[in-house]
Amino acid sequence: MLIIGEKLSIIAKRVREAMFKRDKGPIQEIAIRQWKEGSGMIDANIGPAEDGGEDLMQWMVTTIQEAVHLPVCLDTTNAKALEAGLQVHNNEWGRPLINSTSNDPERFPILELAAKYNSQIIGLTVGKGGLPADAEERAAIAAEIMARAMEYGVPLEDIYLDPLVLQIATSQDHALKVIEAIKMFQEMNDPPMKTVVGLSNISNGCPKALRPILNKYYFIMLMNAGLTAAIADAHEMAEAMQEKKLIDDVLAGKKIDDAQKMAEITKTLDVIMGKTLYAHSYLEM
Amino acid sequence: MAFTAPKETYSGKVFEVAIGTDKTAVFGGENVLPFHSFEGNIPHRPVIAYEIQDVPPDDWPETVKKVYEGVSGDPVTWAKYCQDTLNAQAIALRLVGTHPDRENRSPEDAAKTVKDVLAAINVPLIILGSNQIEKDSAVLVSVSEAAKGKNCIIGKAQEGNYKTIAAAAMANNHKLIAMSELDINLSKQLNILITQMGFDKEKLITDPMCSALGYGLEYTYSVMERIRLAALTQNDTTMQPPMLADVGMYVWKIKETQASESDLPQWGLLAERGIAWETITAGSLLMSGAEFLIMRHPEAAKAVEKFIDELM
Repeated sequence: MLIIGEKLSIIAKRVREAMFKRDKGPIQEIAIRQWKEGSGMIDANIGPAEDGGEDLMQWMVTTIQEAVHLPVCLDTTNAKALEAGLQVHNNEWGRPLINSTSNDPERFPILELAAKYNSQIIGLTVGKGGLPADAEERAAIAAEIMARAMEYGVPLEDIYLDPLVLQIATSQDHALKVIEAIKMFQEMNDPPMKTVVGLSNISNGCPKALRPILNKYYFIMLMNAGLTAAIADAHEMAEAMQEKKLIDDVLAGKKIDDAQKMAEITKTLDVIMGKTLYAHSYLEM
Repeated sequence: MAFTAPKETYSGKVFEVAIGTDKTAVFGGENVLPFHSFEGNIPHRPVIAYEIQDVPPDDWPETVKKVYEGVSGDPVTWAKYCQDTLNAQAIALRLVGTHPDRENRSPEDAAKTVKDVLAAINVPLIILGSNQIEKDSAVLVSVSEAAKGKNCIIGKAQEGNYKTIAAAAMANNHKLIAMSELDINLSKQLNILITQMGFDKEKLITDPMCSALGYGLEYTYSVMERIRLAALTQNDTTMQPPMLADVGMYVWKIKETQASESDLPQWGLLAERGIAWETITAGSLLMSGAEFLIMRHPEAAKAVEKFIDELM
């Protein structure tokens, strides 16, 4: 399992300020911490970056790779910024990953960049028409992205299909549909297609204390479904791996000794699987 | 071989709620989806409460205002008219005059109105605020005390004011409406928060927020349907209180119930249009799981009663 460290995102205030001030300190500190926690790649999310995106992405890529010997996941909708970042990316530490193309015609040119710079690329299974309704629709969009990738000369092995994780607090039924899509994606090619998720979106909008719990258990379920990579908090995922046996035991219907943990796992898995209706206080019920 | 109709069995049951002290009304209690009497037990019909106000209905459209001409100037007369002439099973008194942007009546004035109405009727009373978060938390506390021991429904408790309102309803032994805004997860959360205060979940009524036909009815329908499915198929006790559809207020503010025939002749008779709209909205929400309705036009209420007769 490849963990792509999620912490260098423009959404975080500290990161945003460091980006604007071109202050390497916080960026490198966070990159190093994520590497130590087990990240095999670092996500650099600069947002839409309409103004000065090219310079910012180049600065991010070089700043990160100065500190850690890892490849970077270049995360923006701005194609020019992506290209600028790819030009300076040091492939000695691994090939970069573009985040992302989709089935939206505006995102097609991004496939050209993947071919030109021999980069890996995330294919987000959404179209112009909005969110996919179920696993089947995600798979249908994935097929279109795969066909287009071949036209552009991007090998299928370089594509990570992303089923788009939605918030459990508002779109509970999609939690299971995403797991189903991860299974379906793998069957769409031989060798199986690679898959990735933006994991923590599952708990977006949930109370702070709940977020790591949902992230971790959902991660284990996705992992059991064959997930290849996750853009996630590496620290949380390391914890998840330590708890994996407990979670697998509960999934297999076994009882575990720690009653409180047993309740936490059971209730969370029930929410993820849609057996109980989500509410912010579901653990207290 | 004879045909056997497939039947679902459900693990959960909707709580039964009884209101009032003299003439009581009871709703809920079923262990099946709406009107699926072939699959289980539906002990009670849905209940329709007639809506009245603490101030004259100047903002109601003509079609429904004229029905109450001569009685709606005073809430006591209005309430008695609904009970004695229209045979209302329950009356919903909306204290819209307490809204700061309206007459801004005080909690004490509201309490007096409630006492006067309660003294004049023997059917159950539902006491509703003006849907202003801060004002409702003062008004609904005051009227809960004024109606102590009368087993009323107090409403509506929302995320922003449920603590004071639920505490008052609990202290004075009333039922309570918990309203959230068209979000099933927040609806469940509010019911949890209220019961965590010690409020008995079997005294709750869930209001997932109503919407009129053509104005988001399908959202209310879907949320109600999913609440009922969670209650019955997942035995989710937080979702087992009966549900309210506050139909009249939402229907009689839309243009279809008000636009004149000269402006829109293709829409048909104004006098029939509003009644039809309220009937269809109410009927649809009964199908999605509402056990308790608040309505305005007697002809619409009667049409819905007939609809219930045919489905029960």
